[in-house]
Amino acid sequence: MSATTAMEVNIEARRILAVSISKLYASRSQRGGLRLHRSLLLSLVMKSARDIYHSSRESDAPSEAQSPPEEPMDTSSSPELPEPQPEPLSERNSSETAVKESDSEEEDYESDTTEDKENLSPARQSRKRRGKASAAPDFLPNKRARLEPGEERYAAPVASCRVGAGESLTTLSLNQVIPAF
Amino acid sequence: MAGPGGDMQWCFSQVKGAIDDDVAEADIISTVEFNHTGELLATGDKGGRVVIFQQEIDNKNVPQFRSEYNVYSTFQSHEPEFDYLKSLEIEEKINKIRWLPQKNAAQFLLSTNDKTIKLWKISERDKRPEGYNLKEEDGRYRDPNTITALRVPVLIPMDLMVEASPRRVFANAHTYHINSISVNSDNETYLSADDLRVNLWNLEITDRSFNIVDIKPANMEELTEVITAAEFHPHQCNTFVYSSSKGTIRLCDMRVSALCDKHSKLFEEPENPSNRSFFSEIISSISDVKFSHNGRYMMTRDYLSVKIWDLNMESRPVETYQVHEYLRSKLCSLYENDCIFDKFECCWNGNDSVVMTGSYNNFFRMFDRGHRRDATLEASRENSKPLQVLKPRKVCTGGKRKKDEISVDSLDFNKKILHTAWHPQDNIIAVATTNNLYIFQDKVN
Repeated sequence: MSATTAMEVNIEARRILAVSISKLYASRSQRGGLRLHRSLLLSLVMKSARDIYHSSRESDAPSEAQSPPEEPMDTSSSPELPEPQPEPLSERNSSETAVKESDSEEEDYESDTTEDKENLSPARQSRKRRGKASAAPDFLPNKRARLEPGEERYAAPVASCRVGAGESLTTLSLNQVIPAF
Repeated sequence: MAGPGGDMQWCFSQVKGAIDDDVAEADIISTVEFNHTGELLATGDKGGRVVIFQQEIDNKNVPQFRSEYNVYSTFQSHEPEFDYLKSLEIEEKINKIRWLPQKNAAQFLLSTNDKTIKLWKISERDKRPEGYNLKEEDGRYRDPNTITALRVPVLIPMDLMVEASPRRVFANAHTYHINSISVNSDNETYLSADDLRVNLWNLEITDRSFNIVDIKPANMEELTEVITAAEFHPHQCNTFVYSSSKGTIRLCDMRVSALCDKHSKLFEEPENPSNRSFFSEIISSISDVKFSHNGRYMMTRDYLSVKIWDLNMESRPVETYQVHEYLRSKLCSLYENDCIFDKFECCWNGNDSVVMTGSYNNFFRMFDRGHRRDATLEASRENSKPLQVLKPRKVCTGGKRKKDEISVDSLDFNKKILHTAWHPQDNIIAVATTNNLYIFQDKVN
């Protein structure tokens, strides 16, 4: 794979990741609650994007790899979402079992395992975004603000495929995050 | 589909709904279903309303006008609810309507939103009693002391009134969002399916249902697929199928065990590795599954294609039809604008020779299985003069655009046809655009 193609794939993967994250945020405020099917599909796309991003990064610059080159030994095909773990906490409203089931569905489903086998960075905090370092923006707040009724999170603006990598990723997400919070 | 002269042609018959370009969200049609005779056509919308149209009887024998349908009954089936425990609103949108076969003078249908299924009785009243002994005409009770004679009320004709009343409410059985209901051929039971479970109900019993499929993993982190649709076999009351987000269909036999987690047949087509992309999983998710009327085949709809499966062959479909293959290179944009998540339905015609499904730009597609022909038609106000013949449409996929062709980039992805229905015995189709219902019939020579 040439350096340019890998770079393009890399950019594309990051962009798709960013779009997916914003969709996940947006879907939480949807009427009718979280849609399991949609969330599952989003997470599958994010997983593909993340895997491709990492493999293209490795083929790009193997000497700079911060994390181990092999994929983790996580054999389960669980959808791993690079979302802050405490996020679903704000959605809990009672300790009823009925709630727990649905909430644990949300939380378990959306949160990665707390022991993130991939990320061996000593500076990693458990509440920070998981996954390889720059797979997804790490400037998003750890806690999710509680929405007042009537507030909505902004959906992702349709971005062109020519969006550049770093800054626009930042800009894209920040633009959504800051007004929402 | 085709007579000796060639392709069947379709004519506009009617369009129902507001002409406004500004569509109120509550008016968005979310389901369309003919009853078993085709005399009644029900639609459900996002606002929780059900509107039933009835075929005009006088016109039934006049071929050109036999597809005239008029409003028969309108009622509010579901209201928005709030689940206080989970702090979630439950949408009133009608996800599915299924008619029960008619047993007496009244009509019955099941309608469901995300959480609750209701059985509605639609009955006609064309007489009212008059001449009560004990009551005045306005309903006030007469002073008993003034009553000296016995009088029996008589029934006198009145203007036809169609009443809809909820006869059963089947609630609290689904943790996840209900995507399908299907009435069994035994006319006693029906199934309801949500993302992870399928429940079996008796139409008479509302406080109990049996769970027959449960694919919820012990650890939700291991969730890899969800149930997307389920349907009973049209003749075998022990058989049903459910489709998954992974593109598989499982056929289950309820005689084997009480819990049908282990399938009797698994229908799956191996993925074409050259088509692999970021979005392969999304586009292989099945959005609808329908048995053929004869019960020998089933049809599945995924994002780009329609597949016909022979129930005796699990390894691959017997027929595959591309609905809008030109979208394969646009999946990224369709992901961004959320269109890739659209759930298209599909339907069979009465004799299982033609299948139909919707697309974008208010296009819908028909595939004639026998003659290996397909057509793209459009439901639009511009083509809505009475009995106007629909011109076949063509999407230009690249290169020079011919006259009358439309290029992929000009397609309006906000105009989507997700719900279509075919009259069970005649060539009359109902096609739902965002908030309008179009009725077409085949051209009569």
